[in-house]
Amino acid sequence: MSNVTVNGKKLKGTSRRVRDRGDLAIDIGVGIILGFILLFTLYPLIYVVSCSISAPSAVLSGQVMLLPVRPTLMSYNKVFQEGTLNRGVLNSILYTAVGTGLNLLLTTIGAYALSEKRLVGRKFFSKMIMFTMMFSGGLIPTYMVVKNFGMLNTMWSIVIPNAIGVTNFMIMKNTFENSIPTELKEAACVEGASQIRIFITIVLPLSKAILAVMFMYYCVGHWNEYFNALLYITDASKQPLQVVLRKVLVANEVNEMMSDGATMTSNDRLALAEGIRYAIIVISSVPMIAMYPFFQRYFAKGVMVGAVKG
Amino acid sequence: MAKLHAKASLKELKKSLRTYWQLYLLLIPVVAYFVLFRYLPMVGIQIAFRDFMPRLGYWGSKWVGLKHFTRFFGSYYAERMIVNTIVLSFGTLILSFPAPVLLALCLNEVRNSKAKKIMQTITYAPHFLSTVVVVGLVASLTNINYGLINILLKQAGIIEESINFMTKENWFRPLYIISSIWQETGWNAVVYMAALSSVDVSLYEAARVDGAGRLRSIWHVTLPCIAPTMITMLILNCGKVMNIGYEKVLLMQNDLNMAKSDVITTYVYQQGILKGQYSYSTAVNLFNSVINTMLVVTVNAISRRVSETSLW
Repeated sequence: MSNVTVNGKKLKGTSRRVRDRGDLAIDIGVGIILGFILLFTLYPLIYVVSCSISAPSAVLSGQVMLLPVRPTLMSYNKVFQEGTLNRGVLNSILYTAVGTGLNLLLTTIGAYALSEKRLVGRKFFSKMIMFTMMFSGGLIPTYMVVKNFGMLNTMWSIVIPNAIGVTNFMIMKNTFENSIPTELKEAACVEGASQIRIFITIVLPLSKAILAVMFMYYCVGHWNEYFNALLYITDASKQPLQVVLRKVLVANEVNEMMSDGATMTSNDRLALAEGIRYAIIVISSVPMIAMYPFFQRYFAKGVMVGAVKG
Repeated sequence: MAKLHAKASLKELKKSLRTYWQLYLLLIPVVAYFVLFRYLPMVGIQIAFRDFMPRLGYWGSKWVGLKHFTRFFGSYYAERMIVNTIVLSFGTLILSFPAPVLLALCLNEVRNSKAKKIMQTITYAPHFLSTVVVVGLVASLTNINYGLINILLKQAGIIEESINFMTKENWFRPLYIISSIWQETGWNAVVYMAALSSVDVSLYEAARVDGAGRLRSIWHVTLPCIAPTMITMLILNCGKVMNIGYEKVLLMQNDLNMAKSDVITTYVYQQGILKGQYSYSTAVNLFNSVINTMLVVTVNAISRRVSETSLW
């Protein structure tokens, strides 16, 4: 504390007490606001998990308020037994893996090439890429292109039309420009390393933070994407998880998931359907939410560097 | 003179090609992607001015000028869609703006770094949920028979009869906006947290020496420091107004709430993909894109003036 007060003890004491009281008021205010935000954010999340592990009948009769009632894994068992999600999950894993790989490859090589300030044509290519942020061909013309390339109902229709995210590309380019010292590249060049070699042995290892962030952005994007699949994939066996989820969660086709539905009373079916909905929400969301903490340490650093314009 | 200039730049290009041929090699797939999947579709926009028949192709289909545009603007739905798009966009923009700022300001006052980190992680979590899951969640929570919200409202005596929120047109916008705030507040606070972390600590010390308490420091130091970020975010978001998150609207849409949930982008999807009216829906899409482009360009110019930040 910087008590530079030259006045008497009494005065110093009062001023500190005033400050402490102000401090306390702020701490309380901050606590209340954060507490409210925490409650607002967490309540639905906890509620969903609770519903997924409660007895379906308890969910249906509105007994679950926040914590699980008569805990059981029945809903999860049902989901895994029926295996309706399996196909979707496998497709999504495939699309996410291939898509993210392609995203990272194209984003890094393009951003690296355009981050070389002496490259003739750099401005032209950057402008060409940036223009697509402002204007696009639109839904139908893009659909026609994908169709004409014969990509409908293949993995490529999901992976290739979105092979590069322009915002991510720009962040990557800015990062390469700002965080890789030119002297380092030049020194390597003098020693006879080629550009591709410099990229692989110097630039990429120095960019781990931003690569981690990009990986996360692209990965979450692919996993959660449903609209392109809705457009391009009509073959049910190739649909990714989110399209399956759309049927179950939004269009309410959950009953189709229960093969032994006929042997149950309608109330039981309804209850189980609701339990299954919650279990599915949890199963499909856990991978992405669980990923974040591992990337958190790269996050602050990676985003900050990329945000500065070069 | 011009010839000399051209010669010089040709020489430069040759030199650049010789030195950086590997970089050009790396650029090939990237440029190919942009040409094939971002620029080639732009060629297809011409079907907005034609009666497109797949059999005749882009160039062979009959030119009809502004027919499809006239049809759109003459239709009963045009005004409704434009109004819906703007109201929903601006509503979301304005109402979801304060929460991330408030969250960042409060987190900045938390001195326990562990608590801060946990709080951040929790508020980020909803961002990682898919749109499908969030809409599914809203549907479950507001279910007329066993939805938590109906149960709580009835227990509190606020309502007597359960409300079927998802099918009431007047509840569409509130549900859309509240769920957006729920999902994105934590994530949107990131940019303010970043701005706050770069505030010069000596400013706080100066304020303290001048006898400012914490509240006054927040008001006179913290807020002015993040004000440029706030302005930039607000301005840049205005540029996205026409590009409303149609994926979410599409999921929340049903026959009963169409009066409020019918927006331009979902209309394009329905007319084009579901009804196969390629030319007409491309015309509507083009109208939307042109407005969107004008907005983005204007908004960026303003942003560059005000805070020296822009998208490009």
